[in-house]
Amino acid sequence: MRYLEAGKRHSVTFSLNGRAVEGEAEPRLLLSDFLRQTLGASGTHVGCEHGSCGACTVRIDGKAVRSCLLYAVQVEGRAVTTVEGLAGADGLNPLQAAMRKHHGLQCGFCTPGILMSLSQLYDEEPEADEARIRDVLSGHICRCTGYHGIVQAALDVFGRN
Amino acid sequence: MKPAAFDYARPDNVDEALALLAERGAGARICAGGQSLGAMMNMRLATPDILIDIAGLRELKSIAVVDGAIEVGAAVTQDELLRWPELANRQPLLARMLPWIGHYQTRQRGTVCGSLAHADPSSELPLALALLPGEVVLRSQRGRRVLDAAVFQTGMMTTAAAADEMIIAARFPLARTGTASAFQEVAQRHGDFAIVAAAAVGDKSGVRLGVGGVADVPGVIDLSWPLSDDALNDFAWALGGVDDQHATARYRRHLVRRIGKRVIEEVGDALS
Repeated sequence: MRYLEAGKRHSVTFSLNGRAVEGEAEPRLLLSDFLRQTLGASGTHVGCEHGSCGACTVRIDGKAVRSCLLYAVQVEGRAVTTVEGLAGADGLNPLQAAMRKHHGLQCGFCTPGILMSLSQLYDEEPEADEARIRDVLSGHICRCTGYHGIVQAALDVFGRN
Repeated sequence: MKPAAFDYARPDNVDEALALLAERGAGARICAGGQSLGAMMNMRLATPDILIDIAGLRELKSIAVVDGAIEVGAAVTQDELLRWPELANRQPLLARMLPWIGHYQTRQRGTVCGSLAHADPSSELPLALALLPGEVVLRSQRGRRVLDAAVFQTGMMTTAAAADEMIIAARFPLARTGTASAFQEVAQRHGDFAIVAAAAVGDKSGVRLGVGGVADVPGVIDLSWPLSDDALNDFAWALGGVDDQHATARYRRHLVRRIGKRVIEEVGDALS
């Protein structure tokens, strides 16, 4: 059994965007805070901190989940992907480029989380239709775009298949 | 919005988890997906001394048909049950209701049994368990017991589980041939907590209606054909809904009558 005492810092090691990272965390430290403050990976945004807004969504072993509802110590040994992991050597990935083209963001606060959800959906269901895309987007709050540009961006990429 | 300090334990098996529960009592909380408990802890509505993380326990990861029911282990996520290839055939009502639980992202961590343990009166799985009706399998170092849905959920976010007990599985009966089911929900946005959720399952002899989001626990009534608007209205009043920030009691009664009637009619149409 792994037992970590409250109030003490424990070593945490996992893969972040394909690179091994290490840091220390108390059990209560949220993964979102560990990413941003301990590791300095501030691409993941923090909104409501109770799982409603979706801004902090990251992928753990491929699954898009809320990083504010996970503790850093829970991802020991796992593969974490954040928005910093999406762009390739040749620039923005197709989803990111489509978000720019279709004005899928204005302030950009919700964008990292939305990209992580859409990237899982694209990996698993590249033929997803608008209804399915909207269903997945319902787990994110965007206050700027009215979602229209985001849906258009997703349809642009998903529709290429 | 940060949780208070807690010890974190990741036991290697259920026995270790039960030993910790017995030792730490009411200060301990089982955490599977943490999609409700984590939010409660961030808001300091829950401040456990120790979190016992069972998400990785292989022995709790199974979905199996056992004695006429789908037995879902305590570490099975809502998404995993939704993707179980046999679900739509074995229990179509669950296949209809699961997409309404939270969101794509929360269903990939949140567990079926965790939702039952949380016992939110507006959530879908307690409604399904009350309607079908299903059972909850509890274990402690004292032994194992199986509780009917109506015995398990005792009130708003309260259950009959003792401090040293944990849910190890939930049992949802298989759909019987000759039955039909339907589900509808009204919420402010898809994925939000239900203002009213209605589910029905019936056969030629009658229909059972279940309603969540109104009373402290899901309400269930057996009705006979043909549907009586008076019986539905009496049920809407008997649930005893109250005004809150989401809706008035009057609006909830209206919704019980409207979507209650719709799900019952859908069952009737499917049977005819």
